[in-house]
Amino acid sequence: MFGFSRAESIAFVVMLALIAVSPFVLYPVFLMRVLCAALFACAFNLMIGYVGLLSFGHAAFFGMGSYVAAWTMKFWGLDASVAIVLGGLTGAALGLVLGFLAIRRSGIYFAMITLALAQMVYFFCLEAPFTGGEDGIQQVPRGYLFGLIDLSNDMTMYWVTAAIFIGGFLLVHRIIHSPFGQVLKGIRENEPRATSLGYRTDDYKLIAFVLSCMIAGVAGGTKALVFGIATLTDVNSATSGEVVLTTLLGGLGTVFGPAAGALVVTSMENYLAQFGAWVTVTQGVIFMICVLAFRRGIIGELGAFFKISL
Amino acid sequence: MITIFGIPGPLLFGQLLLGLINGAFYAMLSLGLAVIFGMLNIINFAHGALFMMGAFVSWMLLNYLDIGYFPALILAPLIVGIFGIILEKTIISRLYKLDHLYGLLLTFGLALVIEGLFRNAYGSSGMPYRIPSVLQGAANLGFMYLPIYRGWVVLAALVVCLATWAIIEKTSLGARLRAATENAPMVQAFGVDVPRLITLTYGGGVALAAFAGVLAAPIYSVNPNMGSNFINTVFAVVVIGGMGSIMGSIVTGFALGVLEGLTKVFYPQASATVVFLVMVIVLLIRPRGLFGRAA
Repeated sequence: MFGFSRAESIAFVVMLALIAVSPFVLYPVFLMRVLCAALFACAFNLMIGYVGLLSFGHAAFFGMGSYVAAWTMKFWGLDASVAIVLGGLTGAALGLVLGFLAIRRSGIYFAMITLALAQMVYFFCLEAPFTGGEDGIQQVPRGYLFGLIDLSNDMTMYWVTAAIFIGGFLLVHRIIHSPFGQVLKGIRENEPRATSLGYRTDDYKLIAFVLSCMIAGVAGGTKALVFGIATLTDVNSATSGEVVLTTLLGGLGTVFGPAAGALVVTSMENYLAQFGAWVTVTQGVIFMICVLAFRRGIIGELGAFFKISL
Repeated sequence: MITIFGIPGPLLFGQLLLGLINGAFYAMLSLGLAVIFGMLNIINFAHGALFMMGAFVSWMLLNYLDIGYFPALILAPLIVGIFGIILEKTIISRLYKLDHLYGLLLTFGLALVIEGLFRNAYGSSGMPYRIPSVLQGAANLGFMYLPIYRGWVVLAALVVCLATWAIIEKTSLGARLRAATENAPMVQAFGVDVPRLITLTYGGGVALAAFAGVLAAPIYSVNPNMGSNFINTVFAVVVIGGMGSIMGSIVTGFALGVLEGLTKVFYPQASATVVFLVMVIVLLIRPRGLFGRAA
């Protein structure tokens, strides 16, 4: 029903199995970080992989989703589910406004515009009173999901995060394989031709952008729920760069690439955190290696090796 | 004391001067980006890092080799320019046949590496660079005190920008360059060594960024983040101006710097975002940029 090919179905089952087994082997909080990063990267991949537009400002949507979810949970005492939905809606609304501006240009201009607009959002968050400035919003209580399920337990929280990730993953996959997604791919391959066939390509691009920003907002909201914190780090340009790296490393335009990339990038950060700025250097080197020698990414190379599409 | 719109004259002129200085850096950086983009079809995300490198090289020359400011003004751009040429020859030139986005991603990675290495070696807190003694002090202009170094920065930036414009628009080298931007295979067929022209362009654009870095060293503290603080605004400047015209980049850079300075006087909260707001307005009214050509 989700349009998986045979190879993709197998890969999906493998991914589900890994998600189910890993919390018993690895630290659940680390895994939740991976899942949030993976969902964020899936959202980003929708734009770069299937519309061919590189957004260099996706942290704006992730970060605002995170802020709104954290704020509504902490100060309004909203249920976690409602807060995450609000995070997603915030991402979508912001995406609608910024996307409307950004899709007026394509290619590298689109990248520069999204970068600049995200910088504007960052300055806004720095000044606005509700974000708590440099401190951010801290000690957000996890509370109860649907008023029933106590989320303070890390394992419970993990299953909820996993469910959100799988939901988002399937949504992205469904979007890509819908007639709408086919039009998007058509635009990516040859925009003038899509226009000549009567498609309003700008509308398609904008809708895809809004969907992508909505999922990014959900990822941000989930992150705020898991860690009980929303800070300027979530909106800054380093986060935007990181999601680009994650997707590039995993494989642009592959279904499972963002998740694989998130696992590698998050683990790397975890292990390199003690070495200070070497994280940045390593990330930069990986960027360069990916671009120069490894453009299909991990999943793309795997798929090419087995001659299947993942 | 003179007041203008209820603002004391010295405050207004002081902020205008600060704006002009920022504008000078915007102009030099966006000019380099535009020239590089014209030839290489790559938006050089490492531009901010190379600007920072210019400042660091001048600091190193002073502290390790005791070479002063004025020689550094020539040497640092030369050194960073050669570094840029090596980068172009060894790495960047492999990407010309690919989608432009890969060039962007590669130079972004490059910027991370350069900034990370400097941060490891020198930490994130800045290091001071003293204003050379000839340029210390201030001149009384009657309506305000002009710190001499700041006046020098604006003047030097203006001269370098105009010289770059003159080289591109008025010399035969510039003519080849413009021709190669329009149609590289045709120019190559006429016997011009286009790959060398591309290498030189990248080196030149990078040297321009490094020159700006040296000028910036005494004003801002020399630190690994100084480039990334600037470059996001510079991208907005590039979107506003459009990359089609050299003079356009210069004018847009200076104008936006001044606008930023004025905003600091009249509505300080918006001074960090005003350039981005202008970008939004330009995108709404004239998406290709003020001086851009139709896509």
